[in-house]
Amino acid sequence: MSKNLRVKTSKFIDETYRVSFKFNGTKYFGYKGDTLASALLANDIHLVGRSFKYHRPRGIMTSGSEEPNAIVQLHNNSDRTEPNVRATEVEIYEGLEASSQNCWPSVNFDIGGINNLLSPLLPAGFYYKTFMWPASFWEKYEYFIRKSAGLGKSPTTPDPDIYEHEYIHCDVLIVGAGISGIMAAKTAAKNGLKTLLVDEKPNLGGSTVYQNSEHFKINNQNSGSWLEKEINEIKKIDNLDIRIRTSVAAFHGYNFLLARENLTDHLPIEKRKNKTRQKLLKIRAKKVITATGSLERPLIFDNNDRPGILLSSAIKRYADLFGVACGEKNIFLTNNDSAYETAISLIQKGIKVEAIVDNREEIESKLLYEVEKNNIKVFKGFTIVNTNGYKKINKVSLMKLSKDGQKVIGSKINLSCDCLGVSGGWTPAVHLFTQSGGKLKFREEDQVFIPNKYSSEQISIGACNGDLTLEDIIENTPKYLKEFLNVKKTDYDNVEVFSSENKSKRNIWLLPSDKILGKTKSFVDYQNDATAKDIKLALREGFRSIEHVKRYTTTGMGTDQGKLGNMHALGIISETAGTKMGEHGTTTFRPPYTPLTFGTIVGRNVGEYFDVFRRTPMHEWHQKNKAEFENVGQWKRAWYYPKNNENMFEAVQRESKAARESAGILDASTLGKIDIQGTDASEFLNRVYTNAWSKLAVGKCRYGLMLNEDGMVYDDGVTTRLGENHYIMTTTTGGAANVLGKLEDYLQTEWPELDVYLTSVTDHFATISVCGPNSKKIISNVIPDLDLSDENFPHMSFKNTKIGKINCRIMRISFTGEHSYEINIQANYANSVWEKCMEIGKDFNITPYGTETMHLLRAEKGFIIVGQDTDATMTPIDLQMDWIVSKKKYDFIGKRSLYRSDTIKDDRKQLVGLLTDNPNEILEEGAQIVADVNKSPIEMLGHVTSSYYSPNLKKSIALGVVRGGKNMMGKKLIIPMENKTINVTVADPVFLDKENKRLNA
Amino acid sequence: MFIINCPFCGEREQSEFKAGGEAHIERPRQPTELSDDEWAEYLFMRKNIKGIQFERWNHIHGCRKWFNMVRDTSNDEIKAIYKMGEKPPVK
Ligand SMILES: [Zn+2]
Repeated sequence: MSKNLRVKTSKFIDETYRVSFKFNGTKYFGYKGDTLASALLANDIHLVGRSFKYHRPRGIMTSGSEEPNAIVQLHNNSDRTEPNVRATEVEIYEGLEASSQNCWPSVNFDIGGINNLLSPLLPAGFYYKTFMWPASFWEKYEYFIRKSAGLGKSPTTPDPDIYEHEYIHCDVLIVGAGISGIMAAKTAAKNGLKTLLVDEKPNLGGSTVYQNSEHFKINNQNSGSWLEKEINEIKKIDNLDIRIRTSVAAFHGYNFLLARENLTDHLPIEKRKNKTRQKLLKIRAKKVITATGSLERPLIFDNNDRPGILLSSAIKRYADLFGVACGEKNIFLTNNDSAYETAISLIQKGIKVEAIVDNREEIESKLLYEVEKNNIKVFKGFTIVNTNGYKKINKVSLMKLSKDGQKVIGSKINLSCDCLGVSGGWTPAVHLFTQSGGKLKFREEDQVFIPNKYSSEQISIGACNGDLTLEDIIENTPKYLKEFLNVKKTDYDNVEVFSSENKSKRNIWLLPSDKILGKTKSFVDYQNDATAKDIKLALREGFRSIEHVKRYTTTGMGTDQGKLGNMHALGIISETAGTKMGEHGTTTFRPPYTPLTFGTIVGRNVGEYFDVFRRTPMHEWHQKNKAEFENVGQWKRAWYYPKNNENMFEAVQRESKAARESAGILDASTLGKIDIQGTDASEFLNRVYTNAWSKLAVGKCRYGLMLNEDGMVYDDGVTTRLGENHYIMTTTTGGAANVLGKLEDYLQTEWPELDVYLTSVTDHFATISVCGPNSKKIISNVIPDLDLSDENFPHMSFKNTKIGKINCRIMRISFTGEHSYEINIQANYANSVWEKCMEIGKDFNITPYGTETMHLLRAEKGFIIVGQDTDATMTPIDLQMDWIVSKKKYDFIGKRSLYRSDTIKDDRKQLVGLLTDNPNEILEEGAQIVADVNKSPIEMLGHVTSSYYSPNLKKSIALGVVRGGKNMMGKKLIIPMENKTINVTVADPVFLDKENKRLNA
Repeated sequence: MFIINCPFCGEREQSEFKAGGEAHIERPRQPTELSDDEWAEYLFMRKNIKGIQFERWNHIHGCRKWFNMVRDTSNDEIKAIYKMGEKPPVK
């Protein structure tokens, strides 16, 4: 049964507040203030997961966000479930449920563990090499890979929580509230600067605040107590905003940072209701001080990944902060003084330390003397060559290191233990610094990368700047702060510091073994199971760039981005390749520093707020009349109006027939409308449209085609001359904003001499289009005063008139080929006019139709839809619209491109009509068009762009683009489908009323 | 995300702006006089250098005005901003 390893009370833990939680279904207890990791360790549980590739048992390794192994799924099978959460960061609360990931059926018996025995078959690049061949096997491999791999399960139901975004502007942002961050915050805030201090942990003070050793003193107090007083002081400063549980995810240019603030994750589920769970802070800081500290390095030796092997600093944190012993028989492996700090801390608490194995031969250290005084054996110049214990470490084997550190010599010594602390020195946490565009330099003495060149108003201070000892921090930080913040003095200018730590270190990236490397499992990346052997293999196979080695071996590509092992990977590469460390650079650290939830990123933009949408003034009428809607740009457009359980096809057939036989009504309000005024308005239109505009009389309308400078069709629409120097242009619904932008661009940058002003009036006017042989009768009742005779009001003209007292513009234009009118009226009156048309139209079976019917009706007439029948590779000539391209005009946008060698080719794709041999067969839009199915490979000639069943022609009709189609009139082509081929004949794209008789009917 | 100093509005977030490609490429006054190659030069050829680049930007979600910017593409430092039609203040 499990033991209680809570050995000491801690002021950071509330032992009067017991908390129960479940791990893998079993109930345990911890205390308020515990993390899931500390509570599990207190219950003597180390084994929490399985590794990704070999499914090796893995335990808690660290005490922070760098944790590679102890990643768990929270609240499995609930709507709040979350995968890939680090047990070292989860604060426990009543009712917490966590479970292991990446193991099936259970963490103690894992089928994937067989991979561990097969590991000689799973070398670096295994996935690339094996599953690439034969390609057709991929489908089979995928099933097994997905089942046995995968990190956690994503939720399947909507997230019940609320998320927010908050913008913060401040003078100084300080990232990290360890000792140097606290010093910075106080200095900045006391000098009147608006200061923000963030830290990912629930309490301030980093690793110093629980330091209570006689060996580390500031102003004659132990450093922890000293810092605590500082923390209490800064909490009282008004202009200092402190955010705990806040992790900076990204540091972008111009001091723009993104951080996630956790507000409820530490609360029991029932207390989270109606509270914001997480906030995405969007911080713009004039100055940024990065004080992110450092991460302890592990050491690379055979079987260095067993449960019970932790970073030495993590063991110290669990003991000092949480009062938890990670083991009852502790051994340390180190190459520097840090492990001694931990050992002394354990000794003080009565936790047994068995031995310290130190790579260093000669050690001058007060900490060492203290340890030896307590009769603890120190093996100097030794290393660990192997460990034992499948689900938890139970034995280590040591050997003496050779003088050069490349080999082990002598005989093996075996020691039993239940916990091994490792310390390979410290790596400054420069992740955010490099994200911001900063450049690093390599410091030879202790083999670390430190900031060198900053890209913005920022500095790094403390351990992340390479000040890895208390002495260096206390001595250097005030100097940096004074210069950076432009202040004369700080509270820390005359602080006295005492430290017993010695800086000496013996750095060996890959510790030697008595076995050949091929027989060892020395893990560099724990989460992705990349070993030293894999890295060497990658180098042997010719990879040189660190970025390539990383991808090939997957080192550093886990959810932890290899925070622990990246430096070792670099070290092993440079040792093997015989190059200098620092020459390879590092791999790129990409945001986010720790994973973000989608909820945080999206904030409140979910559900109906996910994207803005625009509604026409008749939207509610459409809804009441059961319209189905489609999205066009940001608009919701009525698509069709099903009646009596009609499906879409049936509704569209009925609507299309009604529009041609009597009357149809369409809400065309979404069309873009640009008001154009100025003495050069006509000249401007001449330059932007392909056809001529100068001679268009006031009161007349004209269809125009707009090209890009490359000659390809960009937009189209009808423009009306309202006055001598006044036009109104309509654009496609989706193209409105881009057209306005493009026209503005030309006016401002190419033709600033033109006197022209553009104003978008899309939202100001609504447009009601009434068409069909009875449209004239309806309009004559809606506007009795208007003379609708062809003489007074011919096709392609407009009238200013009134409906009741309301001014409106009526155009007689047609996109259906029917006699039709477009009423443009101030938007807020539009619905009443629409309803009036419906009322008056009743006698004529006026039928509202949606975009689908509009598309069908215009296809019968062979009118194009830009964006459906064109795709930015079609010239007007390709569209068989030569008639609209002015030969007389000297220039217009895109003109020169119409006779480039490529655009004059005969075999370009050209728009044609297509008729199926079987008139009831409807083609699929997007289907490929070919001439010969026996050729291999089949030559694709083009594709179908529009296809409908025409109720008015009683046959299927389609438009398509076909290579050289212009000269194929009457030719038979083939549409190959999955189960059949369809025979079609190339036809004129105008299927109905080629003489345009219906316009004046 | 940059902070861009719109010559008409002042400092604003980059998200209010739209980049418009290389600056100081004038549309030929007489396109019909150009050979295919000359026209293609205007139409397609754009510099994409690591370092100092002259660019057009539009304050699309603001005053809608176009202006020019000199930017170091290697670190996104904005060296200068000036109005359309003005000469670049730096080389
Ligand atoms: Zn502006």
